[in-house]
Amino acid sequence: MTRQKRTHHRLKRAVAPYLYLSPSLVIIGLLMLLPMVTVIGYSFQNSAVLRRDPSFAGLKHYQAIFDDPVFWASLWHTLYFTCMSVVFHMTIGMIFALMLNSDRINPTLRNILRVLYILPWLFTAVIIAVIWRLLLEPNGVVNSILLQLGIIGSKVEWFSSPRTALHAVTFANIWAGYPLFMVSLLAGLQGIPKDFYEAADIDGAKAYQKLIFITIPQLMPIIISISLLDFIWTMQVFPLIWITTGGGPIYATEVLSTYTYKLAFSSYNLSQASASAVVILLISLGLTLFYIRYQKAR
Amino acid sequence: MTFRIKPAMLKIAAAAWLLGATGAMADTTLEFTQWWEPELPAGSLRAIMDEFEAANPGIKVTLVSGPYATTRDQISVGAATGTLSDVVGLDGAWVNNLNAQNALADMNPMMDASKFDKSQVADIIKVDGKAVMFPVASFVYPVFVNLDLAAQAGVTKLPSTRAEFLDAAKKMTHADKNQYGWVLPLSLQTPSGVQNDMMSWVWASGQSMMADGKPALEGKPVVDMLSFVKSLNDAGTISPGIATKTEQEKVEEFVNDRVGMMIDSLAHVNLIRKRNPKLNFDLIPVPVVEGYTGKRGLPYASWGIGISAASKHQEEAWKLVQYLMSEKVNGKLVSLANAFPGNVNAKPDFVTSDKAFGKAFEIFKTGYLANEFTGLPVAEDLMTQFDVQAQKMLAGEQSPEQAAAAAQKGWMAKF
Repeated sequence: MTRQKRTHHRLKRAVAPYLYLSPSLVIIGLLMLLPMVTVIGYSFQNSAVLRRDPSFAGLKHYQAIFDDPVFWASLWHTLYFTCMSVVFHMTIGMIFALMLNSDRINPTLRNILRVLYILPWLFTAVIIAVIWRLLLEPNGVVNSILLQLGIIGSKVEWFSSPRTALHAVTFANIWAGYPLFMVSLLAGLQGIPKDFYEAADIDGAKAYQKLIFITIPQLMPIIISISLLDFIWTMQVFPLIWITTGGGPIYATEVLSTYTYKLAFSSYNLSQASASAVVILLISLGLTLFYIRYQKAR
Repeated sequence: MTFRIKPAMLKIAAAAWLLGATGAMADTTLEFTQWWEPELPAGSLRAIMDEFEAANPGIKVTLVSGPYATTRDQISVGAATGTLSDVVGLDGAWVNNLNAQNALADMNPMMDASKFDKSQVADIIKVDGKAVMFPVASFVYPVFVNLDLAAQAGVTKLPSTRAEFLDAAKKMTHADKNQYGWVLPLSLQTPSGVQNDMMSWVWASGQSMMADGKPALEGKPVVDMLSFVKSLNDAGTISPGIATKTEQEKVEEFVNDRVGMMIDSLAHVNLIRKRNPKLNFDLIPVPVVEGYTGKRGLPYASWGIGISAASKHQEEAWKLVQYLMSEKVNGKLVSLANAFPGNVNAKPDFVTSDKAFGKAFEIFKTGYLANEFTGLPVAEDLMTQFDVQAQKMLAGEQSPEQAAAAAQKGWMAKF
């Protein structure tokens, strides 16, 4: 084989993997990178999208959103909404998964519960929002039951009162999202070898000790992975909040997604909306990198 | 054989090409983007376009239809990229932004060139002196009164002033029965309640929220209106859930006998009847401040129409606009939409056949169309800002004066 042929062959071998990858790289580039880069570009322009000759704005739009107290309120609401949702998704998901995995419950009842518990997952965000709007409206079922039980003295405007609105939307989101944890943890529970529990029984371990020293450590990889994913997804929730409260009353449920949406489609300030979107992207990116590092470490 | 077929085929192809080419040269195709088609009876707008095409040989119209919100976004992007359709359906709230982008053609020269009779149109929306929009169909917002609830509450005379309205609202309110005098939707998702349910009180009394083209929210008219709304709220006459209530929910509450009065679009009359055929209701103009006897401003939303500045067929586009604004066609279109006409001479057929519409038409004729958000920059954003301040006021966080001052500050930043 001549030297030229060898070089050609080596080159061919080096390029081949990239050629195989090229269709997916093109798709990722067009559908993910291009829009992302475009939005980042908009955030540095004046009158982005709305003018054919936008001028360079530098960091002006980032400065504007960082100076806006509503942005910081939105960030705080996003963190509250996300953290509470993830914690309760995990707790409720774990309780239900343990229940469905328990041999002490009648198999028929277990199957019925399995269907019931997974129901919230079958509804779209819009349906969930409508359901909870109807349930929590001042003349709705929830107020009626709570009044009859004497838990509340007068009708509560769950979504319309600044005191309760954020808790109400968080509650609706918790209801909507726990099945992901439940299903994942149930799969994890079924994968834990029975020997561990038998050995614990021989050692005289109590139920809570088995939970703390066997179940949770065994499920930890799933808990961390799903929690991180849930954190990223919940941070970007939009339709549920938009349909139930529109970010109000006042700014009580304004989160980063509704804040960005209003900048874009109410104020038509697409440059500032892009800057806000980039901030969300950076937060999500940070979490994603953390997730990837965790996955690699495993 | 082959030699015989080939020349024949060539001749046919040439003839077809000639026919197509001459056809293409003769026909101008106008693109007309709007959200009206889905809201009209199926096929009715297309039928009007077919009639236009028959009356104007050589002009074809392609309808680009979608829901309101989608159309709005499509038009915004089209304006930015210079790809706006030749003729566009417009909401008054959009025109300022579109004009700032130089996306809309000035129809003044077209009107002059065609000797268009300006007195026949109900309104011409102008921005910076440019005639950019005609309201084709107007949906007015009177007060709907549940007559059964009014009678049960002992309200014999329907309110004409704000004081009478407050009194009637108090009488109709029975919170223990989930029954309230008035309903106010201030959801931030669609802040149009600020325009339809709040500012309408200002316009009804011939007042204004503007002064010299700038916001004047700290003036007496707006502060008085806010104080009036606060007094209704303090008296417990407004159905709860104000801050997240949407227009649809407002209508549902009225339909289900849960509120005695609401300000709403006339376009909902048929919907209300369909949802509750037994509902006994009447329409009255929005009540005014004590002692006001002048003409009443009637809040309205409209289907507007304009021409793209980038259109290569502005002459033909103007023909279509003229056609839709003409007495006969306009009357037909608004009859289909249950709206009031953009041509003052047009008379929709439903006003003679339907008592409620007939009454509303009388209100329409004795008053004038008023919507000061039309032509304002980022109108929806202004409504959102006012909405937030009104919510703070109703939550007891600030006074009407403080709400007005805070909204004024926010609005001025947008002018």
